Amino acid sequence: MAYIIESEGLNVYFGESHILKDISIQIPTNEVTAIIGPSGCGKSTFIRTINRMNDLIPSFRHEGLVLLDGDDIYDPKLDVVDLRMRIGMVFQKPNPFPKSIFDNVAYGLGIQGITDKEVLRERVEQSLKAAALWDEVMDKLETSALGLSGGQQQRLCIARTIAVEPEVILMDEPCSALDPISTTKIEDLIHKLKKDFTIIIVTHNMQQATRVSKHTSFFLNGEIVESGLTEKIFIEPGDKRTEDYITGRFG
Amino acid sequence: MNRIIPPKYSQSIMNVIFWAAGIFTVLILLFIIGYVLINGLPVFSPEFLLGSPINAGAQGGIFPMIVSTFYVTFVALILAVPLGVLSAIYLAEYSGQNRIVRAIRFGAQTLASIPSIVFGLFGLAFFVTFLHLGFCVLSGGLTLALMAIPTILATSEISMISVPSSFREGSLAIGATKWQTVYKVVLPAALPGIITGIILGMARAIEETAAILYTVGAAIQIPVSVFDPARPLPLHLYYLATEGISLPNAYGTAAVLIILILVITLVTNYLVDRYIKKMTGS
Repeated sequence: MAYIIESEGLNVYFGESHILKDISIQIPTNEVTAIIGPSGCGKSTFIRTINRMNDLIPSFRHEGLVLLDGDDIYDPKLDVVDLRMRIGMVFQKPNPFPKSIFDNVAYGLGIQGITDKEVLRERVEQSLKAAALWDEVMDKLETSALGLSGGQQQRLCIARTIAVEPEVILMDEPCSALDPISTTKIEDLIHKLKKDFTIIIVTHNMQQATRVSKHTSFFLNGEIVESGLTEKIFIEPGDKRTEDYITGRFG
Repeated sequence: MNRIIPPKYSQSIMNVIFWAAGIFTVLILLFIIGYVLINGLPVFSPEFLLGSPINAGAQGGIFPMIVSTFYVTFVALILAVPLGVLSAIYLAEYSGQNRIVRAIRFGAQTLASIPSIVFGLFGLAFFVTFLHLGFCVLSGGLTLALMAIPTILATSEISMISVPSSFREGSLAIGATKWQTVYKVVLPAALPGIITGIILGMARAIEETAAILYTVGAAIQIPVSVFDPARPLPLHLYYLATEGISLPNAYGTAAVLIILILVITLVTNYLVDRYIKKMTGS
């Protein structure tokens, strides 16, 4: 099996606090990997380490390796802007820009210097279709994205991310602010997207992890307790703490 | 329970007080504007609005003063808008928090509360005398720019800081650079606030008298070059009233000034509202 992202002995600190402890994980290419665990266990910090969003936090410091296709993503020679084009991110709260629907999806393409109107239109349409949003917005592409519902906004954010054709999509609890119907739509979408993208999804929702992911890692207090096939983790967990967590005894 | 006034009465009493305060404030405003317009509008005529002053302004019109006002304000804004907005971008997006930044912010706040006559004196000493610019549109414009910068800076900085950081994260996560994020996401989202700051700074420049008293000269000809002396409306008003030249024309000048400010404010409010509606879709 090919692994697109690997980390080895990754430690992350914010100032004095040791947030991630010795994380070694392998993320298989073109599969969905779920990261579960209680609040504050370091799930979000981990995925933000992968696309180097933590660089924005002045007290952030790390040790160990994170590899994308075998290349160290913290190599000083690596351009973080290129990295983020290869590793897209969808946030917990939908965050479309206060621009038109079209401009939101075209945003990353503009960043890459694509100005040809025809190409832009085609890529925007493709991305909106891939994000299962096209039918709902095709006749109002010029209206503000902030006029969409929460679920539509989140699918727009997914369209915005896939428009730049990343290899990996990080999703940080993408459904936690959404209603059940919108959640189902996003989950269906994740199933569709995995053939083209590697997806890492952080989730609080255990059912969601079983529904969408092939692999699961259970994080607790900044450490990985257990990683493996989702079926295996949820049916016969190898660690007592995993069992306690998935059966709802804490978290 | 030994409340002096029961809650349901204190609620009504406070409502009355708030209403009264609001209405009183609006009444004062309407009274001042009304008083100036009632006294000023009768002198309005094509000759008054489009002619040059005769006998120091006792007769004739104020067209050169209207031109001077626009000219001096324009010169002030050309300098103050880029400086104010660029410094605001630096403070809001790039600087982080350190002693230099706090010093800049403190400096700007202090600058905003310095009496305008002090700016006038500085303009006289520095632009007019030291730089040998003389009494002219440029000296006046530069002095007004110094006054407008703190207003533009403070308002722009606040409106950029209040842009949600989730917008910045979304942009950076897609592979935008810091500057692309500022330019394509933060600035458009903060634009209504920035425009408001510019309008406030501009209004300050249009209405200012003391700061230009010592810097812009008093010529009643239409200024052509930036090195020509000029006489913006507030200064003309000041001479007409204090030197007892013509009180009716002083009111007329004041009315023009008020109408100018009203039109600028209403038009920009309208445009900003439309922009916000387009941006947020509501």
